[in-house]
Amino acid sequence: MRVGEIVTAGVLALLSIYLMYKATANGIGFVAGTGPQGGFWPFWLSLGMLISTGFIALNAIRGLSPASQSDEPVLDDFGRKTLLLVGGGIVGFVALVDILSMYGAVAVFMLYYLKVLGRHSWTLTLPMVLVFPLGLFFFFEGLMQITMPTGMSFTEPVFNVLYDIIY
Amino acid sequence: MEILSLLGDGMLVAIQPLNLLLILIGVTLGLFIGAMPGLGSVNGVAILLPITFLVPPGSAIIFLAAIYYGAMYGGAISSITLGIPGASTAVATTFDGRPLAMQGKARLALVAAAIASFVGGTVSNVLFTGFAPLLATVALSFGPPEIFALMLLAFATFVGLGGDDIPKTVFSICFGLVLATVGFDQISGAPRLVLFDLNGFLGGISFLVLAIGVYGIGEMIWTIESTRGEISKSDAKISVKGIVEDTGTTFKRGWKGMSIGSFLGFFVGVLPAAGATPASLMSYGVSKMISKRPDDFGKGHVGGVAAPEAANNSASTGSMLPMLTLGIPGSPTTAILLGGMVIWGLTPGPRLFVEQSDFVWGLIGSFYVSNFFAVVVNLAFIPLFIWMLRMPFTVLAPLIFVLSVVGGYAAMQDMFDIWLLLIFGFGAFFLRKFDYPVAPAVLAIVLGPIAEPTLRQSLLLSSGDPSIFFSRPISAPIMIVAIILILMPALKYLRPRRAKPAE
Amino acid sequence: MNILKTLAIGIAALGLSAPAAMAEWQPRKPIDFVIMAGPGGGADQIARFIQSVAEKKDMTNRPLIPNNKGGGSGAEALIWLNTTNDPDHTILVTLNSFFSTPIRQPDLGIDIQTFTPIAMMGVDPFALWVHKDSGIETFEQWVDAVKAANGEYVTGGTGTGQEDSIVFAYVNGAYDLKTKYIPFDGGGAVAAALAGKQIMATVNNPAEARGFFQSGDVRPLLVFSDEQMSAYPGIPTLKEKGHDFSYYNQRAVVGAPGMSDEAAAYYQKLFEDIFNSEEWQGYLEAESLSPLWMNADEQRAYWQLQVENHTKLLEGMK
Repeated sequence: MRVGEIVTAGVLALLSIYLMYKATANGIGFVAGTGPQGGFWPFWLSLGMLISTGFIALNAIRGLSPASQSDEPVLDDFGRKTLLLVGGGIVGFVALVDILSMYGAVAVFMLYYLKVLGRHSWTLTLPMVLVFPLGLFFFFEGLMQITMPTGMSFTEPVFNVLYDIIY
Repeated sequence: MEILSLLGDGMLVAIQPLNLLLILIGVTLGLFIGAMPGLGSVNGVAILLPITFLVPPGSAIIFLAAIYYGAMYGGAISSITLGIPGASTAVATTFDGRPLAMQGKARLALVAAAIASFVGGTVSNVLFTGFAPLLATVALSFGPPEIFALMLLAFATFVGLGGDDIPKTVFSICFGLVLATVGFDQISGAPRLVLFDLNGFLGGISFLVLAIGVYGIGEMIWTIESTRGEISKSDAKISVKGIVEDTGTTFKRGWKGMSIGSFLGFFVGVLPAAGATPASLMSYGVSKMISKRPDDFGKGHVGGVAAPEAANNSASTGSMLPMLTLGIPGSPTTAILLGGMVIWGLTPGPRLFVEQSDFVWGLIGSFYVSNFFAVVVNLAFIPLFIWMLRMPFTVLAPLIFVLSVVGGYAAMQDMFDIWLLLIFGFGAFFLRKFDYPVAPAVLAIVLGPIAEPTLRQSLLLSSGDPSIFFSRPISAPIMIVAIILILMPALKYLRPRRAKPAE
Repeated sequence: MNILKTLAIGIAALGLSAPAAMAEWQPRKPIDFVIMAGPGGGADQIARFIQSVAEKKDMTNRPLIPNNKGGGSGAEALIWLNTTNDPDHTILVTLNSFFSTPIRQPDLGIDIQTFTPIAMMGVDPFALWVHKDSGIETFEQWVDAVKAANGEYVTGGTGTGQEDSIVFAYVNGAYDLKTKYIPFDGGGAVAAALAGKQIMATVNNPAEARGFFQSGDVRPLLVFSDEQMSAYPGIPTLKEKGHDFSYYNQRAVVGAPGMSDEAAAYYQKLFEDIFNSEEWQGYLEAESLSPLWMNADEQRAYWQLQVENHTKLLEGMK
């Protein structure tokens, strides 16, 4: 955990430096007569971030923070598995949106989570997989008039039918 | 007295059978829209506007008020049950609402939110009725320096929020403030911090993307990971008796928070550019500050739910005032309403209260009635939300993930923001492991976009002279109080440290 | 894919065999009605008004769905249209940042001539406003007051490079004035800042200043239209003061680049109907907008002219 905390602080320090660099493009000065330029606020706050990461790393090295006193790994086997299966599942879900449409991706994700991760019965899984996305469709598109991505063009016939129902 | 009779007429119109039905539908619909992460009263009001052409104007206004109130009540529901603040106004509600739900006291949290919302809404309706024109004048005298001072005060009430690790809290605040500047610089009109030159950043980073990412994705994965997937089900019992008991508890333990929220919320909400979010945050901060046991806040204190909920309802009603009398929308919802008024042929402005008094008081009359029905409908639906919480976690978790992504897309309409939401989610997961507080970043991204432009507008006004904040009659006292509040914990922090070596 | 294509061609062939039944192009999904400004501003109000008219008269078989993309003086909206994968269902309500933003931000790679002209719904004039307590009654007094303030005269608007700042820049140049300019978040906030005496003068659309004008808090000194406005009788134009300058905010609807001709024709017809509706004509009247109907070719020529004008004006601001 201790190494992890120091590495995290290092990564955040790099992020702060990048933000500081980006802010310089807008001018970071305080111009007499007109006040601060566009980059003033983000630059000095990013510097604040950088200094904080310094203190965080220092505290970790001196072993003052709870995380740095723990010998546990940042992610044990269970943690890695969770991150891979749950986190990976969400990434896959979002990646599928552009292919299968939002509702198609929701159906696939629900199927994956309920059946593969949750090991639920088909009697619970199937209605959730079919009814929930349809419910979302009627709520968002029909009631709220908010359109969601329809994915690639092969989904069009399905959506044409659905749109004809609600409009 | 004329006001009262107009108000009475407005209420009488609202309780006609057809309109009453509209109110019930509107409140219920609003409740669910508000409870959906990413959606809020703005969506409810937006879908409604075109319909206002089809029904009589009187009914349209009533329906609108009903959806508005329903959505305000609904905001607390996702904060408590899902742990995701679906709107910026409900951020503060998660601080104690979520811990209560985790302790199996979701019912108490939901009841407290509903009751506090009702009290806040009622207080603000009364204040609105009595003092609207007077307050409009006060609101006009708030220029950029005053608003900046107020934002500083909002931050000051939150200094103690982050927890014990000061550098990590400072990092979190700064990070949120920097994220808020991504996009375009309002003052110079130039693109700013367009990270990695991706065009998606030109539109800025919305509060919702960060909040849903952090709470909906990051916090959820962390919960699954840290409980080894063995998360305990909520076992809150559902009974009418329980709800009545919880109402009593709310009044007993949350009355202070509720009163602070109701009054402070209204006054902050009335100010243009401030609105309900700073109002709810400040009410939470002040309640914590004056509490005898401030350490209980953040661990499931009823007052920590009651204060922000009373405040955001109160402020949302208050924010109608600058919209009606000044034509300035204090929130996206009031902006849509402003458009609606144009469609109905009404001109917002100082003359509206005189020339269109039947519209104004009809609207306020519907507020009273809608507020009453909103609390009834909300309490009636609490068992449903509790039932949701009692689902097996492997069913609830994917639902939360899906609602986060779908709700995030509904609000942003751009897949870029959804990927960003995931990045924030995974980032928050790791930061959570190392005890970085995330709430300060979420607050900062809400308050930053108000604080930075007003700071720079003020300095433009004064030709770069910072004394402008201390030379104006309203901003000076606010600034001084804010600075004292900021310095107080810093002194407290220094004292024990000095004392330690002496031990 | 191929099966679908065959199917589509088959359906099209069926349609051709019965010419009367062959419908014109119709939207198949909700129309993404992008607004180049945040909620609450003039462009947003117009978009929602148009949406309401279309809804009320049931003019479209799929709804127009307003989508606010106000970031970066409209840059966000322009990029959104430029990169849409469905140009037939994406249209944009524009204001003058349609011209000025691509000039100011050449990096965006936006060429507005690739966009599809649909309808010019009207143009919105501007006026110069002061607070009634300033005691300033005429434009000449105002010029004197600004000169006397010696650079400390505070004006406000919606941001450098926005419409009002272009007008201010021209006036400042023509009369050799020096003012402070405070950017605010939207025309409504500007009007309220003037009414609250946070700033001393604004250039604003009639609609945004109307509430405070009716209550007598603010007063127009000069209008920037070609002729005097009926809403403000006796208020001179800048042209009458001897400067050949007029400036309007366009309220136009354009289609995404790459929109098919059939879809463009559909939207042109739709917005012509909306333009001619009683509601829209009443709106123009009430909000002091001038009608300025143009067909597609005239619009392209108008765009060209405005790009040239704005290039010059923005050049002058540097």
